Amino acid sequence: MTTATYAEREVSLDAEGFFTDPSQWDEAEAPAIAAAEGISPLTDRHWEVIRFMRREYEEKGAAPNVRALAKTSGVSIRELYQLFPKGPAKLAAKIAGVPKPVGCI
Amino acid sequence: MSDRIEKVSIIISKGSLEGVYPGLIMANGARAEGIEANLFFTFFGLDAVHRARHEHIKLATVGNPGLHLATMLGGLPGMSSVMTHYLDHKMAQLDIPSIPEFVEMIADTGAGLYGCKASADLFGLHKEDLIPQVRDIITVGQFYGLAAGGQIIFT
Repeated sequence: MTTATYAEREVSLDAEGFFTDPSQWDEAEAPAIAAAEGISPLTDRHWEVIRFMRREYEEKGAAPNVRALAKTSGVSIRELYQLFPKGPAKLAAKIAGVPKPVGCI
Repeated sequence: MSDRIEKVSIIISKGSLEGVYPGLIMANGARAEGIEANLFFTFFGLDAVHRARHEHIKLATVGNPGLHLATMLGGLPGMSSVMTHYLDHKMAQLDIPSIPEFVEMIADTGAGLYGCKASADLFGLHKEDLIPQVRDIITVGQFYGLAAGGQIIFT
């Protein structure tokens, strides 16, 4: 486990950079996490996906994979990859301060 | 991490259900991890991107000891369809997409889909026989060019 400082707040991360304690996250931290992943600035569409990811995690206890994200958020797979080229579900989860989505599909 | 995989090129050479899915899952999984992916369909694997055939990919019930089914039973008429139907049902329960949907989804992730020229020539297939997501029919040399600098996975 490591720590990082986003928006002047120290947070705990796992080896891949995902939050181990989602309660340490707030929206002010998101731009710094995104920038560290090469996404800057965050557009409204990015925010839509990030907030959706956060809500899904809070409601269901797990972050959706890309297919589920596209199905439920209404943002197409094609657009998701345009917004987050290095893996939409993975990056949106990381920026939203929730654990990495699991599953093979 | 310098030992991260940045690119994979996956060859799908078989035209059975169990021969097609693993390559699709690996390609989709690669894209989900932010890894560049190319898919190269060769020999009977071309059926997975064939307009008329991709909806009818069946499980091999003969010569497949993993099914734990007597060989003679596996060869009965309709057995392959029945087993495929059963597996489709199981996969739908797990929200695993059908082959046509999965292939389209993988193309949407930005992965490159290509047909093998030698196989297309052999079977008398042209680009218009394949689904529109297939970018081109290419030679093995062009495939190696696309695959350069990455990992190659043969399935």
